[in-house]
Formats: sequence, C-alpha cells, structure tokens
Amino acid sequence: METRHLEADVLVIGGGTAGPIAAIKAKAKNPQLKVLLLDKANVKRAGAIAEGMDSVNNAIVPGFATPEQYVKEITIANDGIVNQAAINAYAVRSYAMIRELDEWGVKFEKDETGDYAVKKVHHLGAYVLPMPEGYDVKKVIFRQLRKHGVQVSNRLVTTRLLVGEGGRVAGAMALDSRSGEFVVIRAKAVVLCTGAAGRLGLPSSGYLFGTYENPTNAGDGYSMAYHAGAELSGLECFQINPLIKDYNGPACAYVTGPFGGYTVNAKGERFIKSDYWSGQMMLEFWRELEGGNGPVFLKLDHLADETVTRIENVLHITERPTRGRFHEGRGTDYRSDLVEMHISEIGLCGGHSASGVWVDEHARTTVPGLYAAGDLCNVAHNYMLGAMVYGQIAGEDAVDFIAGKDFAGFDEDQVALERQRVFAPLLRADGLPPTQVEYKLRRMVNDYLQPPKVTRKMEIGLQRFAEIRADLAQLKANNPHELMRAMEVYAILDCAELAAQASLYRTESRWGLYHYRVEYEGRNDAEWFAFVQVKKGADGRPHCFKRAVPAYLYPIDASERDAYDRLRFEEPATV
Amino acid sequence: MSVLVNQNVVSVIVDHDKCIAGKGCRVCIDVCPTDILALDQEDGKVKMVYDECWYCLPCEHDCPTKAIHVEIPYLLR
Ligand SMILES: Cc1cc2nc3c(=O)[nH]c(=O)nc-3n(C[C@H](O)[C@H](O)[C@H](O)COP(=O)(O)OP(=O)(O)OC[C@H]3O[C@@H](n4cnc5c(N)ncnc54)[C@H](O)[C@@H]3O)c2cc1C
Ligand code: SF4
Ligand code: SF4
Repeated sequence: METRHLEADVLVIGGGTAGPIAAIKAKAKNPQLKVLLLDKANVKRAGAIAEGMDSVNNAIVPGFATPEQYVKEITIANDGIVNQAAINAYAVRSYAMIRELDEWGVKFEKDETGDYAVKKVHHLGAYVLPMPEGYDVKKVIFRQLRKHGVQVSNRLVTTRLLVGEGGRVAGAMALDSRSGEFVVIRAKAVVLCTGAAGRLGLPSSGYLFGTYENPTNAGDGYSMAYHAGAELSGLECFQINPLIKDYNGPACAYVTGPFGGYTVNAKGERFIKSDYWSGQMMLEFWRELEGGNGPVFLKLDHLADETVTRIENVLHITERPTRGRFHEGRGTDYRSDLVEMHISEIGLCGGHSASGVWVDEHARTTVPGLYAAGDLCNVAHNYMLGAMVYGQIAGEDAVDFIAGKDFAGFDEDQVALERQRVFAPLLRADGLPPTQVEYKLRRMVNDYLQPPKVTRKMEIGLQRFAEIRADLAQLKANNPHELMRAMEVYAILDCAELAAQASLYRTESRWGLYHYRVEYEGRNDAEWFAFVQVKKGADGRPHCFKRAVPAYLYPIDASERDAYDRLRFEEPATV
Repeated sequence: MSVLVNQNVVSVIVDHDKCIAGKGCRVCIDVCPTDILALDQEDGKVKMVYDECWYCLPCEHDCPTKAIHVEIPYLLR
C-alpha cells in the first residue's frame, strides 16, 4: 500500500471516447504542457467505442442538416429542458470533427460521389451517418494519442478528486487495481470523462456485467464530481434503452431503420413512427410491452436476403460483435424470425438522455478548473461524436484556464481520509463480498426506482439504500481487483441516492418513460420548466434545486413543441 | 463472517495448445476492460478468474494466436 505521486498540468480521467480527444486537443494547443490521461482499463481498448460504432447518431453534415435544425430537434426531443448554447457548441463543431476523424483514418459511409451518406432516423431531421467499417475508430484515436505525446497510465481507478483553495480542483486520487498502490495526482485542471453510470439498474437477467453500458463505467465520475462540490443535473431523466431481450445490444433502429427494419408488437403491428431513442418513444414501447400487446419485436424478415446480410455485416461485427453468437445460440435468423426486444436496466447518461454533471458551453462544471465531457456531462443526446467534441472543448478550455496558474494548494487531510476509506475493505479480517452487496443494491434500484416512478416506492428505496450504506462498513476485499469493485459499490450507491432524490423533487412527468411519475401525470411547464440540480450541501447531504433554462438561441414554435408526443400511430398500422 | 465460494461457468475459453503466455504474451490480460483474465501460475496459460465478462471481444480479436473464444455467459444464453 505504497503511495505514488504524479503531477500533470492537465489531468484527463477516463480514456474512452471523450478523454483521448480532450488530451490530444490540450496537447495540440500547447505542446509544452504535461497532459496525463488515465483509465481504469487500458486506453487502447477502453470505453464504449473499443470495438467500433455502428454509426454517428448525430452528424450535422452540410446539405443534410444545419446546427439550428439539430439544436431544435434535440430541444423538442428533450422536452424543452436544454441549454441550447451547450447543444449548439457541439452542433457547430460536429462537421469539423467528422472531417478530422476522416483524415485520421476513421471510415464513414459515403455515396458514389464520395459524399457522406446521411440517413434519416430522428423524428424530424436527417443526422445518422453509418460507419459499417467503423471498428477501427479506437485504434485510430490511439495512434493520435501517441503522435501527440500524451502520457497514458492504465489500470488506475480514480476514487476522489482533490479540492484545493477557493474550491478549485487540485487533482485526484486513485487506486492501482493491479499493484494495489495508492496514487495521488496533482493537476492544475482536471477533465472528467468517466462515462455513464451504467451499473445502476440490474439487467433482468440478473447478470451484473450484462449492462448496456461498458461496465467499467459504474458511475464513479458522478460520485467524484458530487463529492467535489459540483452541480449535477437531470438525474431524474434516466437512461432506458430498447435492447434485444437478454442481450445488451441495441436492436437497432439506427442500423436497420434506413434498410427498412422497424419495431412491431405481438400482433405484427407497427406502433411507433420513429424508432429514434427518446423518452417518448420508450414510453410507447413500455406501454406496448405492458399493455397486453407485447412482446415487442424487431422485424427484418420482410427484407431481401442481401439486405439482411448487409445488416448482419454491421450488427455482428462492430460495436457489440457477440450479437451474432447470441442469436445463433437461440436459433434466431433475421431472415425468418422476429427478434424479441426488451427494456434495458436504468442508468444515468448525458449522452443518451440528459443526466449528468452540469457543464456550460465551455464544458466547465461549477467547480473551477474541473471539466466534464462525454456521457458523464449533461449535454443531452450527445452520443459518440458529442463526446469527442466536448472532449475537444474541455481540453482546449483547460489550457486557457491554467495559463499563468500554479497548482492549487490543498489540505492533506483529504489524502489521509481517502486512503483510509479505500483500503478499509482490504484490511478488514472478513465481511461482505462487494459483488453481493452490489447485487442487492442494484436489485433494490430496479424494485424502487424503475419507472413508472411512485413516491412511496422511492421513499422506501431511499431507506433501503441507507441500510446498504451502513453495510459498506463491512465490505471485504481480498485483493486490489476486489477493492476496485468495492469502491464501485460506493459510487453506485451515491448514484442511486441522487437519482431517487432528483426524481422525488420533480413533481411532474417529463421525458416520456424516463421520468414518468404516476401521481403527477403530464408535463407542468408552469412550475417545472427548469433543470433540477443536485449538489452536496454543507450538511454533507444532497440538496435539490431548480436552475432556469437559459433563453433559447433558436425559439421553438408552439406547433413544433410537442412533435415527439405524437410518435404513436393513431390507428394501428398493419403491415 | 464466513463466505461460500461461488461456482460459475467459465465463459472465456482459452485453447491451451495455442496460448503462448509462456513466451511472455499478455495481450488479452492487458486489453480486457474488466480485468478478469490472469496467468495461471500452475500451467502458465491464461484463464478467466472473475465472472465479470462483458462479452465485448478485445481479448479474442487481439490474441496473436487466436487462442480465445468468448461465449455468451450462461445466464444470458
Ligand atoms: C453498446 C453501445 C452502443 C452505442 N452505439 C452508438 C452509436 O451507434 N452511435 C453513437 O453515436 N453513439 C453510440 N453509443 C454512445 C457512445 O458510444 C457514447 O456516448 C460515447 O462513446 C461516450 O464516451 P465517453 O468518453 O463518455 O465514455 P466511454 O467511451 O465509455 O469512456 C469512459 C472511460 O472512463 C473509464 N473510467 C470509468 N471510471 C473510471 C475511473 N474511476 N477511473 C478511471 N477511468 C475510469 C472507463 O474505463 C472508460 O474507458 C453507444 C454506446 C453503447 C454503450
Ligand atoms: S493473447 Fe492469446 S496467446 Fe496471448 S496470453 Fe492471451 S490467450 Fe495466450
Ligand atoms: S470479452 Fe471483453 S470482458 Fe470478456 S474477457 Fe474478453 S475482453 Fe474481457
């Protein structure tokens, strides 16, 4: 249990998608700086894009869409609760990022004339750019990290941020999950890119690691930002996705939709007009599943054989490449069988919904010197390309922030306390296995937080979470790997409590299924046209409050406002 | 407090005839995001040591001798 000390001008935590771009862009802006990128896994294959991506879900390519159209679409899809300046900051940089990735060697689908082949999947505009050969994206980015001289450190599980004078970030602390060393890293600015809180709900299979999100993303960043005093936003706007039943791959609207695939109910009827993932779509999906018309299926059996082969060549090779193995095991062939679909476990994710650490259009959190990018930040529906663009914004802004600044001084007590917290489960003679505590916690999350949300259930849930918090004092780890899992349980528990608190606070329903409160049907704009923020109070407890939605850059017409509420076919469309 | 040792089916299969961990290869151990592969000190080959697989395949794709085959974990099959 040695302590190792590191220093960096800019520290980037999380080497998945947003993190590497943050590090590259910081280094490109000022090559003199020491930029350190660390990850719990191995940066080479870390994060959501390790095996590539099926498509850019939100490309804003000239000729197909404008930033204004995109910002309006996301505003409507997210029921109005957005900081349009933050969405716009992505939108105006989207195309340049695609071009840069293209130059680096990432393959996007193009038509005969060499133009990007953008498809329409969203309800209103066309933003989906397929990447049938997108499996190399991580390798390409890794090469750029090397080229720019970014320092990389793997298998470091960051557990807490260091907070310095004036509340400014001063660095971070981590556990080396191989050697068991404690690592203290001083930094002038920190960019948090630790992804979604993907291990919040339990998949219905009961398999802890069968999550939609890469399970390395346990919600550590949410917990770290919270304890450092940052504001978190929209934690009541859960992430829930339509997935293949028992398999954690999207079914997938973005890939099969443009080829003519769609979702049907048990009667073979199409019931939603747009398969684009929104809370409203998920509500219709859930109603169909629960309302006697289920199960719900992905239908491809009407497509030509060669079309199905093209679909398989994407779905079974990139992103979640074991999908073909799963179907084979169950004897499912897209040509003759419908694919049974289901609803994922709940999670927190800015990139898919809007639940994350609050950032402005410069990727700045409310803690000076602390940035957040990717699924961890609250910029709605940002997905892969949004993660990269916010990585860029954060990396470049961090360079400006540290100009002329030295390291922030900090109280050493933080280090002693954190060392004690981290190593306690290892030093204890015996106790509760972390995976068992995690199982119980996540099962309770399903029982009490999964929408439809009910006040009394969430209150009971909070009680159960408090009891599990007391159990943390009995966690027992036998080695550094198990210690990492024990620390993740702390983070998952923080996320569960914060999600419950934020959900109780917003007494209306919004975002379809994501925040469907049965006692408060419908949207109440008079009282709740605002962000719900949560922050650690002086008493060490979470405090919820409203933050006004900033004036729109692009006003939304009353006739457009509810477009996403009209996703259901009025009459069943028999096909 | 005493605990039981749980039994789980191994879903990451390593072909011992192909695995060259004995020559120093650690590729799969390095790339696994959940860090569940380890060297078996007894036979000098790689094995799955935690039931925490995301069936994501970097181990299988990056193995120089194609010694790894990842199965869907039993609970999901
Ligand atoms: C199955 C799946 C399919 C998707 N399909 C698409 C698609 O087709 N198109 C699209 O545009 N988007 C898609 N997305 C979304 C997109 O991949 C994400 O929005 C984006 O990659 C998120 O980037 P990120 O950097 O925030 O997270 P990640 O890329 O997941 O990176 C987070 C990193 O943080 C590390 N980390 C976590 N905790 C710690 C800690 N405590 N200390 C150190 N490191 C830590 C992790 O190891 C990981 O490497 C998909 C996502 C998933 C999961
Ligand atoms: S990558 Fe392949 S050869 Fe190398 S240690 Fe792993 S299984 Fe053995
Ligand atoms: S499939 Fe993924 S999680 Fe499973 S052993 Fe291989 S790299 Fe690790």
